[in-house]
Amino acid sequence: MSNAKDIFLKEATTASADGPQRIFINKALGGYYANRDIQKARYRDWEKARDAASLAKWTAVNDLANTLETFVKKFEGNGGKVHWARDAAEARNIILKLIADAKAKAVVKSKCMTTEEIHLNDALEKAGYSVVESDLGEFIQQLRGEAPYHFVFPCMHVKREEISALFTKHLGTAPTNSPEELTMIARRHLRQLYVDADVGITGANFLIAETGQISITENEGNARLTAALPRVHIALSGIEKVVKNLDDLSVLLPMLATAGAGQPMTCYNTLYSGPQQPGECDGPKEFHLVLLDNARTQLLADPEQRDALHCIRCGACLNVCPIFKNIGGLAYGTTYQGPIGSVITPHLRGLEQWNHLSGASSLCGACTDACPVRIDLHHHLLHNRRNANQASPNLFDRLFHRGFNFVISRPRLFAFGGRVFRFTLPVLKKIPLPYLSAWLKTRDLPPAPAQSFREQWKESNHG
Amino acid sequence: MRISLFIPCFVDQLAPQVGLASVKVLKKLGHEIEFRSEQTCCGQPSFNSGQWDVAREGAIRTLKVFRDAEVVVGPSGSCVAMIKKFYPELLKNTSHAAEADALAQRTFEFSEFIVRKLGITDVGASLKKKVTYHDGCHAMRELRIKEEPRQLLRAVRGLELIETEESESCCGFGGLFAVKFPMISTAMVQVKGGALARTGADYVVSSDPSCLLQIGGWLTREGKPIRPMHIAEVLAEGLTQ
Amino acid sequence: MANAREEILGRIREALKVTAPKPHFKSESHGATHSINAKPWLPDGGETESARLELLSENLAKLKANLIRVPNAAAANQALAQISQTKNWKKVAYHSHPLVSPAAEALPCEKWEVGASLDKQKLEGCDAGVTSCEALVSQLGSILVSSESSGGRSLSILPHVHVVIATTDQVVADLETCFKQVLEKHRSKLPSMLSFITGPSRTGDIERILVLGAHGPKELYVILIG
Ligand code: SF4
Repeated sequence: MSNAKDIFLKEATTASADGPQRIFINKALGGYYANRDIQKARYRDWEKARDAASLAKWTAVNDLANTLETFVKKFEGNGGKVHWARDAAEARNIILKLIADAKAKAVVKSKCMTTEEIHLNDALEKAGYSVVESDLGEFIQQLRGEAPYHFVFPCMHVKREEISALFTKHLGTAPTNSPEELTMIARRHLRQLYVDADVGITGANFLIAETGQISITENEGNARLTAALPRVHIALSGIEKVVKNLDDLSVLLPMLATAGAGQPMTCYNTLYSGPQQPGECDGPKEFHLVLLDNARTQLLADPEQRDALHCIRCGACLNVCPIFKNIGGLAYGTTYQGPIGSVITPHLRGLEQWNHLSGASSLCGACTDACPVRIDLHHHLLHNRRNANQASPNLFDRLFHRGFNFVISRPRLFAFGGRVFRFTLPVLKKIPLPYLSAWLKTRDLPPAPAQSFREQWKESNHG
Repeated sequence: MRISLFIPCFVDQLAPQVGLASVKVLKKLGHEIEFRSEQTCCGQPSFNSGQWDVAREGAIRTLKVFRDAEVVVGPSGSCVAMIKKFYPELLKNTSHAAEADALAQRTFEFSEFIVRKLGITDVGASLKKKVTYHDGCHAMRELRIKEEPRQLLRAVRGLELIETEESESCCGFGGLFAVKFPMISTAMVQVKGGALARTGADYVVSSDPSCLLQIGGWLTREGKPIRPMHIAEVLAEGLTQ
Repeated sequence: MANAREEILGRIREALKVTAPKPHFKSESHGATHSINAKPWLPDGGETESARLELLSENLAKLKANLIRVPNAAAANQALAQISQTKNWKKVAYHSHPLVSPAAEALPCEKWEVGASLDKQKLEGCDAGVTSCEALVSQLGSILVSSESSGGRSLSILPHVHVVIATTDQVVADLETCFKQVLEKHRSKLPSMLSFITGPSRTGDIERILVLGAHGPKELYVILIG
């Protein structure tokens, strides 16, 4: 058994047994469901809009080399500088070097899952920089020393009392139970840090090939400040974030907001096309974009699951996922939690270590229905299971299924086996058989009938 | 019409009453029923476990069983989805692809068959009970069956149909998932079963016997009064042959 | 070692040798080429000017932004003065613009016109930032500001209150139209920042409870002339 799987099983067991926490998460999502439905109803045809969003991403991803090259040319024409990173280490080194070149002391970050993916904070802190996460949720998680719980709602599992205590401990503020006051404490604390920071690091939600702009979506305004006040702006983006043009964005921006957070539009959607221009009164003097591969091209090479690169990280699939809601986001142990994380993590970090995430699903398909860009999420979990079985078959599984197949390929043996099973079931229930005892721990089995359907059919219809 | 019954393996062995009720209803509607005893299991457990080579053998066997059947009807959204949606995927680019597509066209889930294919919503049943309907995920999301079973239930004399807050939530069965990840599966059925119990209905009805096994197993263990019942059993109530 | 750019592009080209099927759509409305024209499926932006104005005010209200409709520039100046008085502003920042300057200059408090270079510490001490905008989008209730039309990047985000002064002919139906206009207007060079502001800054990070004014302005006013 792999290490990641052991940790997952342990964490998932604890979390799924925590009734009050599960109720808390469900309640937190209640408002989202209501708002999402209100906003979806404003679309004249949500399903067709999903088609359009899906097509926009499909077109760019399936012509990725050209789309990227067009983008880069435009971007550099606008005065920005592009850096390519094959993997996480290369991206970290590029960013460290840029910060060193800028002779920076303090770095401010706005929420960016890609920086989580490359473990940037650790590297920056090791190199002696002070790094502050400016998104409220990320700031709280940073103080807690914990990874984000949900890649859109990073601290949705934390109660206000805990946040109050955390602020008292780290910032010395008076305890309060008001989310409003807690938010204001963070606002006041972070203000001066923005003004003092030399370098701002952001992510990017979309790269627009037509214009060479990067688009950043956020609610709080922290990314706007991060890209306005420091001298140097560094953005980190996966290569798959590129789209063809602004028309595509006119579909993707509202859908991202509606699917992920139940909003008509996220509060700030900002397009950056360069550093401060002549005639502009502020903005960074340098604008760098780091384009990251980090195994995305491996996923690209799998045409069956290539659509997973369409993901716009809205988080809708997590919000509707019964697995996520019951085990929470930390159990996954991944940068990207929930269904999309279970699909792509095996590609990004290795199938053998991470295939258990694909197994941990009832394949209900709620994620696929929720996805604004129509990624075939739950079927990809099946594909991962198949690929894992082909790459490194599990002996117990092979024997179990081969044995089962031996029986079901012989109708008379199946009928006989079924009879034996039914008659011995009362005894079988008492011995610790794998699978059966797992079932019986929390659920009953109805008493086995004396006769199977086929036996009764035979008697009543054909004597 | 001559209907060939597709009885999933665990219905055959553990819930034969569902098969018998299906026969009763379809006969009542004036159709001839056959049961081909060479059928066993559709291969879904192996398919879901990533053992596609094993599942493929099951699929090919099932194709053979139903080769010349006019229509195939099964009282399980999940197993019917296996034939309709996943056989074509499993067998694409093989010599069986065309046959898999053809069988997919001729195979129907029980309530889907009655409403969409036969155009009937009232089978003449009566049951004086309060029931709520559980959408099995495969029926709802793979086969897009949502209104059909409700139409059938609304036509049952004396029956009161109420909706559950979590009617679209997965019950947590998921085949071997239920025993490979029992803690998650249990947490899911707690959410589902809890909502069902709060409705005050007498029965939770579904077109999926596997969901009912999970939901019913939990409800009995927890001592909740609401009982599982397959939609075929509901529709067979009060029918005179 | 090949350089990273060439290597990544090489990997991409290699990966794309196998084509992926087009997504299966629920509708047949898409042609073979990439032309999505999704407008008819997205939220309505309003066919007529009055419909657009109605939608805009509805959407702004839902977003908890304050819309003040005024007949002319003089009334706009009054409206700004009114806000300034009720909020008891001590110091206001603005940028030079035909709609903004007269209104800001008439305020009875300390005023600061952000010039060629901006002192961020000073801006942080201001109660409000007054700007113009590029456009308003009725479909979503969004206001498009830019580094060119709105006094740079910070003026519309750093102070606690943001006031936008605009005219009704700046209202466009939807994002698509808005983008078209922007590209047309800035054909030679795009402003380095274009930002759609949709309501005052907000967060739901604490127990998913909505709080306004997370990092950006807690209050957003739109004074709409015409
Ligand atoms: S997979 Fe789809 S639903 Fe999930 S985060 Fe990505 S875009 Fe959103």
